[in-house]
Amino acid sequence: MGRYLLRRLVQMVVVVVIITIFAFLLIHLLPGDPSVSILGPNDTPQNRAIVLEHLGLNKPLWQQYFIWLNQLLHGSLGQSYLTKEPVTHIVATSFPIDLELIIISQALAFAVAIPLALVTARRPNRALDRLATTGTFGLLALPPFVIAPLLVAVFAVGLHWFPATGYVPFTQAPATNLHDMLLPSLAITAGSIAIYYRLLRSDLIATLQEDFITMARSKGLTPRSIMVHHAFRPSTFSLLAAAGLNIGLLIAGTFVVEYLFAINGLGLALVNAVYQRDYLVVQGITVVVAVFFVVLNFLVDFLFTVIDPRVSRE
Amino acid sequence: MPDDRDVLGPETGPGLLGNTYVGEAAATEVAVSRSIDHHGPDEPLAEKKLGVLFWIAVGWVALVALAAIFANVLPLHSPTYEDFTAINARPSAQFLLGTDDNGRDLLSRLIFGARVSLVIGFVSVAVGLAIGGTLGLISGYRGGKLDSFLNAASFVVLAFPLIVALIAIISFWTPPTLFKITVILAAGTIPLFYRVVRATTLAFANRDFVIAARTLGATNRRIIFREILPNVVPAAISFALITVAIVIVLEGTLAFLGLSVSLPTPSWGNMIYQGTTNGDLTTNPYIMLWPALAMFLLLLAINIIGDRVRQRFDIREGLL
Repeated sequence: MGRYLLRRLVQMVVVVVIITIFAFLLIHLLPGDPSVSILGPNDTPQNRAIVLEHLGLNKPLWQQYFIWLNQLLHGSLGQSYLTKEPVTHIVATSFPIDLELIIISQALAFAVAIPLALVTARRPNRALDRLATTGTFGLLALPPFVIAPLLVAVFAVGLHWFPATGYVPFTQAPATNLHDMLLPSLAITAGSIAIYYRLLRSDLIATLQEDFITMARSKGLTPRSIMVHHAFRPSTFSLLAAAGLNIGLLIAGTFVVEYLFAINGLGLALVNAVYQRDYLVVQGITVVVAVFFVVLNFLVDFLFTVIDPRVSRE
Repeated sequence: MPDDRDVLGPETGPGLLGNTYVGEAAATEVAVSRSIDHHGPDEPLAEKKLGVLFWIAVGWVALVALAAIFANVLPLHSPTYEDFTAINARPSAQFLLGTDDNGRDLLSRLIFGARVSLVIGFVSVAVGLAIGGTLGLISGYRGGKLDSFLNAASFVVLAFPLIVALIAIISFWTPPTLFKITVILAAGTIPLFYRVVRATTLAFANRDFVIAARTLGATNRRIIFREILPNVVPAAISFALITVAIVIVLEGTLAFLGLSVSLPTPSWGNMIYQGTTNGDLTTNPYIMLWPALAMFLLLLAINIIGDRVRQRFDIREGLL
């Protein structure tokens, strides 16, 4: 167990380092550099040389990478070339927004998908199961940029139930914050519900064929008790693995939703930084995203060992 | 992380993979590898008939495809002609679906836009499947250093923030055209197909019939093409259909970054984007509504077809 977790930890660090190197190379090799956005109309070759020298961008790439890595190990992600805002500050203000979107949308997705799968998997291909399965196909076909404008059109523009855009931090006004975040979260929830429901349902159906379920049935346990206490736990592998990847993709991946609802999350910050060649901001956010992704999937792997101790002995 | 996926049960068939979405293919591999003792098909009561819904779905995809192919000869307004006397016109006999804020016919833009979605969706997936699938087949069958390297590489690529990669590559290669976007998205699907085909290949590489063929002196080429490939194809096809839907959605996402085909050339993605900017959602919801509806129905149809194909193949596999 200890060795298993240690090995996974080393792998995580390696993956994060490789990803930061890739992100670093990719953004630096792009045509253009931050001097264009910084100088604006004063963009002359002389001025550009001064700016690049000042920012340390005239050094060889590998040196720049190690300077950045050294800073990172000392707890600094540098600052934006354009606004001079520390990258840690940008992350600290945007990350909670993404986190809140993820928590609300995923909690909703699990709250719908799990009970629905537990009910329908018992009697596959009956009316309710068909309805739920077809319904989730509908949800899968609703990408955020289709569902978000529709939600805005109906609930914000039409019914005036919610504001179309805007964001108030949770710490300032919790009620307003939750109210404002509901529509954006709903836009993200749709696809997640469909994925989680379908995976859990098909795993539950497979589990219900197993001998230990027959055993539980012959003991005279109620179908409800069998579902909740016997079938559910061993059927959650695909669900957890999919949730790990799905949530990992949502961090800084909700750009379209952030854009449509005018919320300044990580996704929007990342996209703007790439366009402005704000290297340090891109690098900083990429690290956060990569760490979040691998830690999340590490936790999922750890949960596997909790659900089924045989996993760690592989 | 990658080495946890090496042990795969024989049932890494299309069953679980068929249900997946974007990166979940990799996730399901992990899950499948850990649920080796889950025997039996995932839907024991699966229907044998394809059903009415399947044919309606096929009909819709065919209709969209035909409209897109024959867009030039259909009696349509030009998709880029701006009629300033009919700005934001409501649906009428002259403009069946209305016009946009530049007076362009929405029906015509919808049909020409379908070209972009269909070409990007199907061509990039076909290319990605051919390259990623071949790599997965060789990597899964041969094993060894090549396999370890490709496997680790594909994992790193999948963990990399997708949007950064897309913006970076497309900014490199401006202006975005249908051809370039198709090439880039095809490249993006390679690691997905690589993982799915590799996983399925691993599941079959040491099955009795393969060992029997090898014992009988069959060449590697024969084993790959005659023994393994026929078993890998169903999983690959049903995953490919889901990937088509994913890639069509990606085009829409790119449009929101201004990185899909440039205006005034229509695509469903840039129509939806156009319909949600500058208060268009309140003044003229139709700009966004029609492409959103068309995309919803197309994605729904593709998902339904993918699901039915998967169920079909599960049964065939069960008969083997």
